[in-house]
Amino acid sequence: MRNRTHRPRPLHRKPLWLTILIVLLPLADTAGAKIIHRERSLYSTILVDQRGTTLCLQFSVRRDQRNQTCMDRSAPQKMVFPYAKMMMMSLLLVPEPERILVVGLGGGTLPVALNELYPDARIDAIEIDPAVKMVAETYFGFKENEQLQVILKDARVFTKRALSGAEKYDLIMLDAFNGDYIPEHLLTREYLEETRGLLAGNGVVAANTFAISRLYDHESTTYQDVFGTFYNLRSRISANRIILAVDGELPDPEVLAERARVLGPRLTRYGIRVNDFLPMFSTEPDWDENARILTDQYSPANILNNQ
Amino acid sequence: MPAIIYLLAFTGGFVIMSLELLGGRVLAPYFGSSIYVWGSIITIFMLSLSLGYLFGGKLSLHRPSMTRFGIIFAVAAVLLYPLVYSAEPAMVWIFERVEDPRYGSLLAASMLFILPTVIMGMISPYSVRLLVASTHESGQVAGRLYFVSTMGSALGTLATSFYFVLWWEMNTILTLLALALLLASATALISSRFASGSGNEQPATASN
Repeated sequence: MRNRTHRPRPLHRKPLWLTILIVLLPLADTAGAKIIHRERSLYSTILVDQRGTTLCLQFSVRRDQRNQTCMDRSAPQKMVFPYAKMMMMSLLLVPEPERILVVGLGGGTLPVALNELYPDARIDAIEIDPAVKMVAETYFGFKENEQLQVILKDARVFTKRALSGAEKYDLIMLDAFNGDYIPEHLLTREYLEETRGLLAGNGVVAANTFAISRLYDHESTTYQDVFGTFYNLRSRISANRIILAVDGELPDPEVLAERARVLGPRLTRYGIRVNDFLPMFSTEPDWDENARILTDQYSPANILNNQ
Repeated sequence: MPAIIYLLAFTGGFVIMSLELLGGRVLAPYFGSSIYVWGSIITIFMLSLSLGYLFGGKLSLHRPSMTRFGIIFAVAAVLLYPLVYSAEPAMVWIFERVEDPRYGSLLAASMLFILPTVIMGMISPYSVRLLVASTHESGQVAGRLYFVSTMGSALGTLATSFYFVLWWEMNTILTLLALALLLASATALISSRFASGSGNEQPATASN
């Protein structure tokens, strides 16, 4: 609607072979990799492998699993995956966040970058698995500090508890994955409503999701139901889709472009060229708008994700 | 008559595991889906079933009949159905009082699932009592009964996790489970009516 400056995305899906290639691509990389850490934690099998100077974190031994986080040790600040860079585009919607919530720690890429960019912002990172925190600290250089703390809890439980407190967030990043996908109880309308309840006025939610299955349609209608129109960012080179939603008015593309000029130079050290991402911002639905909304009563996400 | 009893035991097995599987879904929004949530649910179901076996065996000592068998199913249905309305407020109440999600989920699983599951646990031993005609065949009858009711459990688990959650909302599934129990109850009561026309319902010499 607001998005006059660019073309709507094509409505058809990628052909299957391309999807498979896209999903498997990160793996081709790990074929010659050396596993330097393997741990069966309470929640998944955590694997860290190394190829040259690049370390990657995975949550399963299955060879078809995607990497959760990768880091090039020779350039630790550079973000390796498009999804991480796309998540950072949320900063165009909320230029100076003071309170930030990151759900799902992984290797800590996002919270560390946010901590560097906004040293005065308070950042809470929610992680269910203590073993993931250990791995992030040991291999990915993650460290807690005064402003950045990790809370070891189920995100749904944390969110419900936080709702009864006074804490509000300017930016909430949803990036919780297990070996399969996002846990089903973190995909429902009720969870998103609770998350919205934690937002300060005009606060922003950035959610990392995939665009490879029927679930794409259901997630899209669920976000639409809770937040109304949102910015949908789809990468041409990966299967990721990032949702950027606001509790309030979505800023116009002109406003985003203007903020990009200020933010752009600050993001170059993370390997992010903001201008590459601006054309991705779309508000045109490219999903089946009749797809059933996911709720606590109805959330067969993992089944839908395999269809 | 035995065929009907086996069919009803199958239904009981089906409903028990379907409910157990839904239990994880019911609790997840408040207590997460960690391993301890499943631990709580499985603990409570095992505990309830074990008590149910005990009570069912005890009940079978006094004038066992298809009518009473049918009443067990009806009571289970009546205790199961309110979950549709009570689960949410019960979990809110616990969530506000118990900080630790381990004990929160254990308490919630207790409040929500003990009553219907204890009653459903009574089905198996009571079926054995209705089916056994002599001590000689008692082992074989019990074996067959476990076979049938556990097959019911297997199918209940599969149907719920593969298909029901894809087709229906959780409360719809719970309602259907309660209806299945009511239907089982009606079947038992009607067959007891027919059988009572032709004399004594069950051989009185059963297990001693």
